[in-house]
Amino acid sequence: MSTNAGITEPRGVTRGVLQGFSWLVYVFFYAPILVLIIFSFSDNRNVGVWGGFTTSWYSEFVTDQPLTTALGNSLRIAVVVTVVSVVLGTMAALALERFRFRGRQVFDALLYLPVIIPDVTMAVMLLLFFTQAAKWFGFSKGFATITLSHIAFNISFVSIVVRARLAGMDDNLEEAAMDLYASRWQAFRHVTLPFIMPGIAGGALLAMTLSLDDVVITQFVTGAGWSTLPVYVFSLIRKGVTPLINAVSVVMLVASMVLVALSLVVQRVRGGSPA
Amino acid sequence: MAESAETHGATRANPAVALRGITKRFGSDDTVVVAVDDVSLDIADGEFFAMLGPSGCGKTTTLRMIAGLEFPTEGSLKIFGDEVGTLPPNKRPVNTVFQNYALFPHMTVLDNVSFGLRMQKVSKSDAAARARELIGLVRLSGMEHRKPAQLSGGQQQRVALARALVNRPKVLLLDEPLGALDLKLRQEMQGELKSLQRELGVSFVFVTHDQEEALTMSDRIAVMDDGRLLQVGSAEDLYERPVNRFVADFIGQTNLIEATVADGATIVLANGSKVAATTAHPAGAKVFMSLRPESITIGERGSAPAEFRADCLDGTVSEATYLGHAVDYHVSIDWIDLEVRTPAVVARKRYRPGDNVSVWWNRASNWLVAD
Amino acid sequence: MSVLDQVPVDGGGSPPVSAPVAVATPEFEAANERQSRRRGLLIALPSYAYLVVFFAVPLLTVVIYSFATRNRFGGADLTGWNIDSYQELGDDLIRTIFVRSAVLALITTVICLAVSYPFAYYMATRGERTRNLMLVFVMIPFWTNFLVRNYAWYVILGSDGPLSRITEFVGLGPTRVLFTQVAVVLGLVYGYLPFMILPLYAAIERLDGRLLEASRDLYANGFQSFRHVLLPLSMPGVIAGSILVFIPSLGAYVTPQILGGAKTTLLGSYIVTQFLTARNLPFGAAMSTVLMAVMLAATIVYFRKGGRTL
Repeated sequence: MSTNAGITEPRGVTRGVLQGFSWLVYVFFYAPILVLIIFSFSDNRNVGVWGGFTTSWYSEFVTDQPLTTALGNSLRIAVVVTVVSVVLGTMAALALERFRFRGRQVFDALLYLPVIIPDVTMAVMLLLFFTQAAKWFGFSKGFATITLSHIAFNISFVSIVVRARLAGMDDNLEEAAMDLYASRWQAFRHVTLPFIMPGIAGGALLAMTLSLDDVVITQFVTGAGWSTLPVYVFSLIRKGVTPLINAVSVVMLVASMVLVALSLVVQRVRGGSPA
Repeated sequence: MAESAETHGATRANPAVALRGITKRFGSDDTVVVAVDDVSLDIADGEFFAMLGPSGCGKTTTLRMIAGLEFPTEGSLKIFGDEVGTLPPNKRPVNTVFQNYALFPHMTVLDNVSFGLRMQKVSKSDAAARARELIGLVRLSGMEHRKPAQLSGGQQQRVALARALVNRPKVLLLDEPLGALDLKLRQEMQGELKSLQRELGVSFVFVTHDQEEALTMSDRIAVMDDGRLLQVGSAEDLYERPVNRFVADFIGQTNLIEATVADGATIVLANGSKVAATTAHPAGAKVFMSLRPESITIGERGSAPAEFRADCLDGTVSEATYLGHAVDYHVSIDWIDLEVRTPAVVARKRYRPGDNVSVWWNRASNWLVAD
Repeated sequence: MSVLDQVPVDGGGSPPVSAPVAVATPEFEAANERQSRRRGLLIALPSYAYLVVFFAVPLLTVVIYSFATRNRFGGADLTGWNIDSYQELGDDLIRTIFVRSAVLALITTVICLAVSYPFAYYMATRGERTRNLMLVFVMIPFWTNFLVRNYAWYVILGSDGPLSRITEFVGLGPTRVLFTQVAVVLGLVYGYLPFMILPLYAAIERLDGRLLEASRDLYANGFQSFRHVLLPLSMPGVIAGSILVFIPSLGAYVTPQILGGAKTTLLGSYIVTQFLTARNLPFGAAMSTVLMAVMLAATIVYFRKGGRTL
């Protein structure tokens, strides 16, 4: 990636210290995850106490009605959110990278805000908005309000990822396509779209991850009796924990890992470093 | 000077490209930049035509307007008699070789080359066949299924050429096509481009900032500066008969000596010495005499043959540089420094700094230009 | 009529030009520019409209609510405008919460920075393969569910949990970390560490190593070289990482809920309480507005300082 000389290696003691330190950082990252996995197989009602091996918590998860419902909700929401965010986010990225138009700068700023605003603030905003809107238009909160809210922040994340990819694209490529008798649409379809595809795929995975992970915003905009998996788990944790939560957590963990693996594959296709 | 206001014309009846009053302004209202200023010129069919100038002179913008990648602000642009000034690039019978080739990175060489044909709805098999033919022409057979990233710079350049030529353009546009190659490869490609152009008989319009490249390859060259077209002509025209000081200075090396016209046959240099020069400039006009270093002869003080007495100056050698094939002298003459280049084999007598010398030149080799 | 229709069947040659075509004029150029702008706006419009409706309007709603009056039913009275809610922010309890949140967020940021800098530096000095591998293993926690990662610490820190067992085993007695501010900071550091590592690594990785060599050549010792060359040049990464850690820490809600106790109410949780339990909407809205303002100010400072991406 970098064309410069790069930083030379530290030598001797410094190097040893840095190396040991880095290993410690990884231990810090992964030990809790490992502990969680281990205790999800523990046959003891107390979450942090080992009581022999069992897979009963996993079977309980599969048969627990509220949990599976919440999981189903999460997945349905994530799919809709991903599709809509990818389309809207990609269009936003194209408009900002390729065109000048009235209100462009305002749009650019508006697109950045959902990324940098704290969760809680965004949650409060959407709660007040949907409460007010429900009062005026009369709808009930749940699937629709959660989906609309997730899209509101995911458009920004997708557009950032796609824009980065578009910015790395040689302007001449589209011109070359048009010089070779492609219409505007054909140039986009045959040259631009294949080029930014890794960015779009990366954006899609990010949108899906963020939608599946979200607790705070979802908890605020959901209606009575409607829950996603993280929100349901969060409420369980606050009520009092059982190793069932360990099992659910591990399942969510594995889902995240699968998404990471997918994103790495996408980036390998892209040919860059996985940053 | 005679041509500059008028159209710089090719003599043939139906030019491949005809520009009339082409102007391109960028920006809006308060910050307008005139990139191309009222350019008129004809490019003949089958001509190897170069556009030369320093960066930012408007040559690339002119090329992009011919390609359709930029629309002129005003002016007429015709290709073989048809107005195309407001047509998008995909509706013009010209193709472009881009500066960094702009090869589609996700497509193989074959897909790159057949792209233009596919966009014109040529069947997949016909397009592939034609593309293979062109890939053969640029000597890349066997590399059809490589991606651009797996090719060297020179090979990428050939793919770009094949990709443009496969469409049988009426005019091929090349934007600094050799700029990214190293010297040896560049010289090799110059020859190849030239012979390819002769073989195909298509006009090549070629943008470059490298004057040597322009001089060696082109039938005619247009010199541009600051958006304006200064001169169009053959390499000899530009080198020997530049229309103004900029062209004289830009093409090759030259000594520019300030002078005033005395009458039709004499000019007066700044130190008062009279020098013979045939000129159409009116008496009293300020001009510059352009003298190429290699057209000046150096000899011992007072040794100038009689017929050169009127085209002779006395001075002192201030610097002598041995170049192998030539010796380069800097001669101080009162108020100026002249550069003199003598072929090494001729210069049996070498001069050293401090030597008193005379320099003289053939009257035909001086050339007067206005500022 | 399309040029494509006119291509000869054998597919040879360039398409002929359809006539007649207008000569270029400033009017044509302007019309063309207008068309391009229209096209851009049209492509932006769906997402633009979406963000206006589902982000800008909600944002405005919060600001409006912050000037409203609380009514008896736990809602807000939108007719009587006042700045009471902002005056309430000066309340001692609120000030304590603000200060406590800011201090915890600051501690979190400093710890993240101290841990990430040597790590990112070491990563940047590795070869391409090792570097990418190290990066992947930072990315995995980055992508992993935040709630789950905080919950893992709940399991570890619990009074009967593994950490307590270890400390008991080595004779230090059981640890009582869960439901304290220490646990909250630990959870925040764990949650946001990748946000610090990634921008720092990006900043250090693109440095020209010859600059460090040059400083050593000019008699700087290792520390001086770090202090005068490496640190100033990696400052954009330091600032970006600090903002990325500080802002979410300041507004943290999930972490204090899981790992903190009742005694450690922080800004985020307090705002949530105003909406979901106390039903004081105008006051919650005012706190949110202030939090947003702090966030915006930090971001603007960052962009002014020449940062480009967050």
